[in-house]
Amino acid sequence: MSVKVKIPTQLRAATGGASEASVEGATVGEALDALYAQHEGLKDRITGDDGELRRFVNVYIGGEDIRFLDGLDTPVAAGGELTILPAVAGGR
Amino acid sequence: MSGTSLKCRECAATYELGARYVCENCFGPLEVSYDHSHLAGDVDGLRRRIQAGPQSIWRYSDFLPVETPPGVGATNLSRAGLPAGATPLIKADRLAERLGLGEVWVKNDAHNPTHSFKDRVVAVASQRALELGFDTLACASTGNLANAVAAQAAALGLPSYVFIPSDLEEQKILGTGVYGTNLVKVRGNYDDVNRLCTELSGERESWAFVNINMRSYYAEGSKTIAYEIAEQLGWETPDRIVSPIASGSLFTKIAKGFGEWLELGLITGAVPTMNGAQATGCAPVANAFAAGTDVCRPVKPNTIAKSLAIGNPADGPYAVELARRTGGAVDAVTDDEIRAGIRLLAETTGIFTETAGGVTTATLAKLAERGDIGHDERVVLVITGDGLKTLDAVKGTFESYEINPSFEDFEATVEQGVHA
Repeated sequence: MSVKVKIPTQLRAATGGASEASVEGATVGEALDALYAQHEGLKDRITGDDGELRRFVNVYIGGEDIRFLDGLDTPVAAGGELTILPAVAGGR
Repeated sequence: MSGTSLKCRECAATYELGARYVCENCFGPLEVSYDHSHLAGDVDGLRRRIQAGPQSIWRYSDFLPVETPPGVGATNLSRAGLPAGATPLIKADRLAERLGLGEVWVKNDAHNPTHSFKDRVVAVASQRALELGFDTLACASTGNLANAVAAQAAALGLPSYVFIPSDLEEQKILGTGVYGTNLVKVRGNYDDVNRLCTELSGERESWAFVNINMRSYYAEGSKTIAYEIAEQLGWETPDRIVSPIASGSLFTKIAKGFGEWLELGLITGAVPTMNGAQATGCAPVANAFAAGTDVCRPVKPNTIAKSLAIGNPADGPYAVELARRTGGAVDAVTDDEIRAGIRLLAETTGIFTETAGGVTTATLAKLAERGDIGHDERVVLVITGDGLKTLDAVKGTFESYEINPSFEDFEATVEQGVHA
């Protein structure tokens, strides 16, 4: 089943300018792995040596931060939408 | 300018001083690096130049990332923007006495043009935005920033877009819309607003989101609180700072400001012990501190301190590290303690602060009660905003008398009530 991934501007150099990708995967982790397979160089930017997402990378599914769900194990429904965004923003 | 580059706080990659805020290698936040070596030769001269500078943050422009700061004579709002900073530092003896402390000062940043410290950061961000060729100001805000961006845009004659959570306090909504901004109420919490704006900032290239794509510059404005405190104390550091934490930006930049001046020999002392203050209903940084980790697990905010209600704090890990390194702590206080904190500050100093200031004052009281603060310490409490912005928080916290317009009723109801 197909999942849509929205790519932030900061990563589009690694996706040849593409702002979206369509991948297969039943969980967030599987969908991201499929994305890394499509675009070389993406994985090193958003995951650390331990394979986990870096601490300033936020991934949302349907607008909800995956850290409030099951992280990379969170299931993704067919037609679901993942958004990758930098965690750098905010007030005081 | 003294700024030399943008440097990633995670992997140390450097970039030129452009409109970039995230490291392309690792997504880490970018921070402005400086070379102040040309200032080190004549520290006395530098002190005199600062003292002769404008009564605003621009007296510290050697330490801010802008090319053409408004000068001493800059009184034209359409060029200089609103004059932020130069707020009072007040010795609060009755507050100290009430808490059994030796020396407490209040840095009252409610004295800024839109009544919060946000005018400082917006002044720097908007100046840099103009230099970089942006034509519109924007922000994601918990309220105070909304006021500051809308007002600054009006002063500079720029269009603006302000995004806020739809459940914000009415005072903050009214105090934003009045400036003629495009006010967008987002159905969600601050973290939802932030996510939307992070996405938008990638799609609207001529917009300067002050706390997103301008964040590296914006955050530097908070250092001016440290500079002012040091200058107002006679070019010395205080022993301890108690400051609110939402994203952790203000907290870490205050320490950076003291550090820069200590390194130059402009002031004496040491980086103060840094105490951070959060509300129990949104305490990801205090939780991480208590758990002995620097991983700030995001939370869903539920507190009356809406201006601190950031569940996913961008500078949280750095705030935890700073508190530990300086022998400080990050504490959290309940909504009832927040209300009591607002009352305590108001009753002992005549300063009415918003809920964030209640958090900070309540945290000071907690530290005092815990015996963390030595009697010989000089403590500065950073009050970041005005109580008129969160009036609901003090509803029902005091009694009043209602009488007929007669002397007898006054005596019977009020005076006997007082002496009863």
